[in-house]
Amino acid sequence: MREERRIVSVIVLNESSVLSRITGLFAGRGYNIDSLTVAPVPDSKMSRVTIETSGDVKMMEQIIKQLHKLIPVYKVIEHSEQIEKEMALVKVPIGESLSDVDALCRAYNGKIVNVGNDSIIAMVTDEPQRVRYFLKAITKYNPKEIVRSGVVAVER
Amino acid sequence: MQMTGAQMVIEAFIAEGVDTVFGYPGGAIMNVYDEIYKQDKFEHILTRHEQAAIHAAEGYAKASGKVGVAMITSGPGFTNAVTGLADAYMDSIPMVVVSGQVPMTLIGTDAFQEIDSVGISRPCTKHNYLVTDASDLGRVLKEAFYIAASGRPGPVHVDIPKDVTAQLAEFDYSQPIDLPTYKPTVKGNKRQIKKAVEAIAEAKRPLLYLGGGIINSNASEAVRKLSQITQIPAVETFMGRGSLRFDDDLLISMVGMHGSYAANMAMSETDLVIGLGVRFDDRVTGKLSEFAKSARIIHVDVDPTSISKLVNANFPIVGDLSAVLEEMIPMLEKSVDPDKYAPWRETIERYNNLHPLSYKDEGKNIKPQWVIERIGQSVDSDDVVISTDVGQHQMWTAQFFPFTRARQWVSSGGLGTMGFGFPAAMGAKRAAQDKISINITGDGSILMNIQELMTAVEYRLPVINVILNNNYLGMVRQWQTLFYDKRHSETDLSMQPDFVKLAESFGGVGYRVTTKEEFDTALKDAISKNVVAIIDVVVDRHENVLPMVPSGGSLFNMMLTDKD
Repeated sequence: MREERRIVSVIVLNESSVLSRITGLFAGRGYNIDSLTVAPVPDSKMSRVTIETSGDVKMMEQIIKQLHKLIPVYKVIEHSEQIEKEMALVKVPIGESLSDVDALCRAYNGKIVNVGNDSIIAMVTDEPQRVRYFLKAITKYNPKEIVRSGVVAVER
Repeated sequence: MQMTGAQMVIEAFIAEGVDTVFGYPGGAIMNVYDEIYKQDKFEHILTRHEQAAIHAAEGYAKASGKVGVAMITSGPGFTNAVTGLADAYMDSIPMVVVSGQVPMTLIGTDAFQEIDSVGISRPCTKHNYLVTDASDLGRVLKEAFYIAASGRPGPVHVDIPKDVTAQLAEFDYSQPIDLPTYKPTVKGNKRQIKKAVEAIAEAKRPLLYLGGGIINSNASEAVRKLSQITQIPAVETFMGRGSLRFDDDLLISMVGMHGSYAANMAMSETDLVIGLGVRFDDRVTGKLSEFAKSARIIHVDVDPTSISKLVNANFPIVGDLSAVLEEMIPMLEKSVDPDKYAPWRETIERYNNLHPLSYKDEGKNIKPQWVIERIGQSVDSDDVVISTDVGQHQMWTAQFFPFTRARQWVSSGGLGTMGFGFPAAMGAKRAAQDKISINITGDGSILMNIQELMTAVEYRLPVINVILNNNYLGMVRQWQTLFYDKRHSETDLSMQPDFVKLAESFGGVGYRVTTKEEFDTALKDAISKNVVAIIDVVVDRHENVLPMVPSGGSLFNMMLTDKD
C-alpha cells in the first residue's frame, strides 16, 4: 500500500446535502479528511470544496472516481502543480513582546491584525508546511488559541 | 397549474407512464395515498411489507426494462425499505422510491416515525432528495426518473415531508431537465474503440466476458451479433445470464466462483478479455493477481468508476454498450477472421468435455439440479421469467437453467438478499403478464418474505415458488462442511412449517414433492391452475454447489468434486 498526501478541489452545485455526499465517500472507507474548505464560486450556482487528505493511492483514485459520479459534482480537480495556501489566526497574551510576534508573523507573510485588552491576534498566510513551522515557532509566546483555515489550492 | 404536492406525485407518475406502484401506506404519506384513491391511471399493489414493495418494483424493472416505482411512509416504513434500495443499487436497477417524511416543522425533533431517511439512503442510492418546498417537487420527480434510468441505472429516493404534500404550488412537468453536473457518457471514444478492434484482430485466444450491463443496456441482440460475426467464445457472469442463448455453441457457461471448469480455464488462459458491461466482481475474478494473467483487457462500461477499479484495463471504453457495439460491429466485420480462433475454440471444447457442468443423478432423493433442469424441459424457456432467492438454489439455477433471452433472469446478485425472490417474482409477473413467473427458492429464503403470499393471492400474481428443500441453510452449510470442519453452526433448518397448509391458508395451492413423478405432476398442475403456488421439493440434503473456487483462490484452482 502506497500512501500519499493529496489535494483535491471539487466544484459542486451549491445545495444542502452536497458536503455530506462528499465526506460520506471518505467516511465509508475509513479515510480521514485532514482539512476541508468550502466557499461559493463567484457569479455561479457552484461552490468549491478543497480537500486535503492522505491515504492509499489506489483507494484514493477510487474515491476520486466516485466523486465524479456524484450527481451534484461538476468537476474534480486533482492537483499536481498547485499553489497551496493556508491561513492561521493565533491569539497571544498581551504580555508577550509585540515586536517579537510582529517580526515572526512578517517572516510568514503575516502581521498583527488586532490588539485587545488582554490579547493580540496574529495572522499568517503561507504554504501549509510553512504555516506549520510558524505554529511551532509561535509556541514560545504561549498562544491561547490557534485557528487554521485548511488548505486552498489553485493549479499553476 | 396549481396543485398540492400529493397531486404532483400522481401527475408525475402519469406523465412518466407508470402503470404500477408497489407500496405500503402510513401516516406521513397519507396525503399521497388519498390522491392514489382518487385516480384510476395506475394500479397500486399493496404488499405486506415495505421491503417486499421495493423488491417487487425491482422485479418489475428487471423484467420490463422500465423504471420500477415504490412508495412507503416515514420511519419504520422507510427503514424496512432500505434493504431493497441497497439491493437495487448493487444491481443497477432503475427505480424511483417515494417516501413520506414528518412535516418540515417537526424534522429534527425526534418526532413520531421520524428518521433521517436521506441520511440513511445516501450511500445506497444513485441519488436522493429531501423536498422542502412543493414548488421543487415536479422538477425533482422528473430528475429522479431521468437519473434512475440514464447512465448506469440505479435507485433514486425522494423523501417528501407531509406538509409539502399538502402545500399548493405551481406544477409544470413540461420543463426541460437541467442538470449541468450530470451528463452520462453515451458514445464511446472513437480512438479507443478502434484500438480495441485492432486488439481483437491481433488476439489468438480472445474471450467475451458478458455481464449485467448488457441486459441493462438492451444490448443482447448486439452482443449476439458480435458473437456470430467474430466466433469468439463467451462466458457470462451471474448477472449476464441470458445475454446469449444457453444452446449457443460459443457460450461456454457462467464464470467465477461457481462457474464451469471450461469457463474458468478459458478466463485463465485467454490473451484478450473483452469485458462488456461487467465490473470484475470478486465472485468472478477470484484471486486478482492470478486473474487472466496473460491477457490484455478491453473494458466497455457506462460507469467510469467500474473501469480499472479492480483490474487495470488496457482499452477502457466509457459509453453505453449498445452505442459502443453499434460502432464496433461494422469495424470487426472488416478486420476479424473468425477462423483464426478455431484452435482456441477447440481448446475450450476439450475443457468442456473434460469436466462438463454436471451432477450425479443417483440415490433415492431428488437432486436439486435435476429440478432446475426439469423446469427448463417442462416449459418453453422463452415463456418464463425465473427469479431466485439467495443461496445454493440460486447458484444451481444460474448454472443449470436454460436461459434463452435477456430479462428472463431476476436474482439478487450484488447484495445477495435472501427474501428477494418471491416479491421480485410478483413484480416480474406484473410486468410480463403473458409469462410464467417461477421463483426458485430455498427453505431458508422463502420464509424471509413469506407474507407476500397474501399480496400475490389478492392481486392474482400467480407466482410458482419451487422450494428446493434441504432442511438446511444450504450455502452456509456447504461452507461449514468445506471450511469449518463440518461444524454446522445454526444452519440446520429441520424445524419447518407445513408449506402445503401454509400456501393453502393464504388462498394458494401447495404441493409436497418427494419423487420426480410428483414434481412433474405438481408443476403441470400449478401452471394449469394459474394460481399462487408453493411446490415444496424434498431434495438431497448434502448436495454441494460445484465447481467451487474457494473465496480468494485462483480461478483455475477449482474444487470439482466434494472430495477435492
